[in-house]
Formats: sequence, structure tokens, C-alpha cells
Amino acid sequence: MVISPIDTATPSISTDTVRYIAYLIRLKILDEETKVFSQQFSQIIEYFQLLNEIDTREVPPANENCPMNNVFRDDQVLPSMSREEFLNNLPQHEGYYVKVPLIFDDR
Amino acid sequence: MNTIKYEPIIGLEIHAELLTITKMFCGCSADHSSLLEPNTLICPVCTGLPGAMPVLNKKAVEQSILVGLALNCTINEVNIFARKNYFYPDLPKGYQISQYDHPVASDGWLDILDENEGTRQRVRIRRAHLEEDTAKLMHKGNFALIDFNRAGVPLLEIVSEPDMHSVQAILSYANKIRAILRYLGVNSGDMEKGVLRFEANISVRPLGSQELNTRTEIKNLNSFRSLTQASSYEINRQIDLYNNGLDVNLETLGWDEVKGETYSQRGKEEAHDYRYFPEPDIPPILVDRSWVQTISSQLPELPDAKNKRFMEEYGLSLQEVRSLTYEKEFADFFEKVVTLSSSPTKMIYNWLTGEFTRQINERNIDIQKIPVTPENFAQLLDLFSSRVINDFTAKEILVEIFISNKNVRDIISEKGLLQISDENYLTDLINRILSENPDPVKQYLAGKESLFQWFMGQVSRETKGKSDPQVVRQLLQKILKNNN
Repeated sequence: MVISPIDTATPSISTDTVRYIAYLIRLKILDEETKVFSQQFSQIIEYFQLLNEIDTREVPPANENCPMNNVFRDDQVLPSMSREEFLNNLPQHEGYYVKVPLIFDDR
Repeated sequence: MNTIKYEPIIGLEIHAELLTITKMFCGCSADHSSLLEPNTLICPVCTGLPGAMPVLNKKAVEQSILVGLALNCTINEVNIFARKNYFYPDLPKGYQISQYDHPVASDGWLDILDENEGTRQRVRIRRAHLEEDTAKLMHKGNFALIDFNRAGVPLLEIVSEPDMHSVQAILSYANKIRAILRYLGVNSGDMEKGVLRFEANISVRPLGSQELNTRTEIKNLNSFRSLTQASSYEINRQIDLYNNGLDVNLETLGWDEVKGETYSQRGKEEAHDYRYFPEPDIPPILVDRSWVQTISSQLPELPDAKNKRFMEEYGLSLQEVRSLTYEKEFADFFEKVVTLSSSPTKMIYNWLTGEFTRQINERNIDIQKIPVTPENFAQLLDLFSSRVINDFTAKEILVEIFISNKNVRDIISEKGLLQISDENYLTDLINRILSENPDPVKQYLAGKESLFQWFMGQVSRETKGKSDPQVVRQLLQKILKNNN
């Protein structure tokens, strides 16, 4: 289900992949950092390759943390939270609006 | 030069806001009208505060199943929510809770009429899945201002197969989906409030060819007008490109309403890499057959079935029936009037789709809030068809009841609007008018028959429009003949 450019057959994560991941989550990253993360990510992925040694063909994918289903709430209004408190805990707001920097495509 | 004929291939995604009382994953009210102050319907869940746990609104699932059934879909036994990851401030969690490979409903269909050819055509529905709406974003200089009132409102995304081949077909399809959602009571259909939003996938190919050319996707179309205009523009743009030996790029487009052009979108919509994975906070939903059956029993009569019944019961044509059934409330109103009134059904139809609709349009009245009661309207029509009042007066009273919905009989007695069909009175009146106008009489008798209408008009004027035109006509003919 996960769509990613990560090739699971060869677990090593290139510096380009690190840059791509940083772009997707809009984080600035230095060249030195891409090398560090490339190594660390690769180690993590390689470690998880251990799981490939187990035969899971008969095991359905886990879609939940605990064996539950059909957890619902009724369609009833509950009190909302205080707008003042919410806004005052933000870095910036303008009037009653949350204020954030615009997102640019900076790739 | 040979001009190649092209055929458009169009698929539509419709995002419909569901009419639940609360949002999809929290107890905040979902009634996010633009009249509200910003950020008044918010809580830790819909503002994406860390640690907040979403709990699914059962009603949203039930409404989605209802739509799936109405669109002839398979209702999937296992529903799994998924995280669709993307970074944008209208989505504070960094992901949207949506459904991916286990949607509520899949593989349905809807029959539409292509208005141009009047032929019935089947549009396959690929899937319908639930997702949460995003916050509203306003750009201001180098900043964006966010209102979270809409964030987390349940949306049903209905995805068609690329089965439509004209702008007319898209319009028929979109209109029909809107009507069905309204019939089901799961969407207000109020386009101005953005409760229905469209995305069109468009490609073109030479007519008769089986190849599939590159398609483009137009996002954020919020009205039927922008849907049809943008689609039509995009079809022509692609044809022009091919005619000039150029290619269509696979891309996401926006629609510039002011310029009337599609434009390439950058940023948020580019580089789709949503990294879907199962939402760990929402356990799977298992939909068993008895639940589907319970919901299925709530299915109301849908537009197609109503059309068929109206044609059979009321002897109206398909075209006539469709103008009544497009809005459920209008169809209900018609049926109530038919039950209450002793006037011919065809006459009720004519009045409803004529003068009555004109009043609704002129006064910009919401069809869900017709100010006139069926009882009063039925009485008006009956008084007209039994000739207690004439056509002119009936129209005058119709305007009056649109303003006040005062009882029709009260208006008539207050204003003295009873039709005058007393033959003695009218004979005297006609004789007087003829004697006061010897010249027109002479001209009429000499063969200028068009003057007959003028005499009719004189009588109507003298009676302030209350004379019974049928009686006047007969009397006038008789008296003029005797004058000869």
C-alpha cells in the first residue's frame, strides 16, 4: 500500500531519496545532513529487513493496533474548545484566523 | 486540409459534503456556514493537535452506504481508513484521513440522458469513499489565514469511470448526482455554499479511435457553470494542440473563472506522493449484510422511479416530468396539489412550471422553502378552473400569495376580485361600449376583424380585468352580429 521511491529490495537509502523525503515534508536540509540521514535511514531499513525472513504469506496486513472494529460515535454535538485559548497557543494569529507562511514550491 | 473529428473522454470526481450534524471524527458541529465567525467550531481533533484521537461518526458511514446503494454500487464488507500524507496548512495533521483500497462502495452505475441526443447512457461509478474536508485558506500577502470550521466535515468522493463524451453528458451526470443526493437527504445541494465540488479528467482522441491519449485533471470546480465552461475550454485546448502537431502534457490544471482559461497548477497539487497507509487510530469498519439491509430499507423513491411513476400516473411526458422531479420538494409540492385540487393535472403542471416557477425565480426563492402552501395554491387553481376568477385575477392572486400566503378566498373577498360572468350586466356594458364607439363598430362590420380584440379589451378595462373572457367573447360575438 505504501507508495514510495524506496526500493525495498536494496535497502540502502540514497542522498537523493533523503532530499526527496525532506521536500515532501517541506524541511530544509543541508548537504552534510543528507549523508548522515542516508546512512541512518539505510541502517533502519536494513534492520527491518529482518522481518523479511518470516513467511507472512498467510498473515493479513495489520490495519489496527488492537483487535477491534466498528468503533463509532453518535452524531451528537459536543462543546468545541475555546477559540481564545487555541489562538493564544499559536505562534501567530490575525483576528480570529490562524496565520501561517504561504507554502511555495521551493524544490 | 482534412479536419479530424475528436471525441472527448471525460471522467468526473464529485466531492459531496454529507449532511451530518457533526464532523466526521469529532463532536464539533458540521454546520460551517460562512456567516459564522472563524474558528468557532473547533476542537483538538479537527485542528490536528498532537495526541487527539478521532472517533468515526456512524451517520457519515450510513449516509455513504445509502449513496452507494442509490448508485447501484457494491457495498464493501470491509472499510479501512487510510492516511493520505501531504503537507499543506489546510491540513494541520500533515495527512488527510481518507479511504484508499477499501472504500465504502465500488463498481456502480448511473443512467443519464444526454440532452443533445436524448439518448440514455450508462456511466459507470468506480468508487465512493469517505474523507474529511480541509480547512478554509485565505491568502493575504505572504501569509495565509486559516479557518478550521470546515476542517473535518465529512466528504463523500464519488468517482466515475471516463464514460462521458460531451459537456452535456457531464452536466446531466452532475445534475443527476446532485438530485439523488438531495433525494437521499445527505447533501443540501446548495452550490453557493460549496457543498458539491467537481474535478474533471479529460482527454480527447480522434473519433472512432480506441487509443487513450494523455489526460489532464481540472481541480476545484465549484459550480455547474465552471464545470461546463472549464471542460469545454479544456476539450478545445487539447484539440487545438493535436491539430497543431503538439502534445498534451499530463498535468493538474486550475480554472481561472475571470479569464475563462485553464492553467497549470504548481505546488500542492504537483508531485503526488501521498504515501498512503492504514490509519492506526480508526479500526476497520465491518459492514454486515443486515446493516446494509436496514439502510437499504430507508432508500426513498429516486428520480428515475419517480419519473416513471409520474408519467404513468399523471399522463405527462418524460420531459415534463423531469422539470417536476429535479427538485424533490417541487415534486412533492406537485403531488400534494394534485391530491388537494380538482383541477386537471395538466393544468396544475402548466401553472406550476409556468407562473409559479416564474415567481420562484423572480423572487430568488429557495425551492426548499416555498412560501405558498399546497392547500392555498390548489384552492387558487380550483377557483380559476371553476371560473370564479379569471386568468388575469388568478395571476394577480398568485403574486399576492407569494408575498403573504394569505388565504386565497380572503384575498378575493377583500379585493373584490370575483369574476363577473353575469350575462345581463355584461350585455348592458357591451351595448354601452358599442354605442360609445360607433366608428370602430363600423370598421369591424366592414371587415376589420382585428378590432374584436380591442372590444374585448374595452370590456376588460371597464371591469378592471374581472370579466369572464369566455362569456364576454360569446356575448360580444352575438351582439355585434345583431348590429349588422
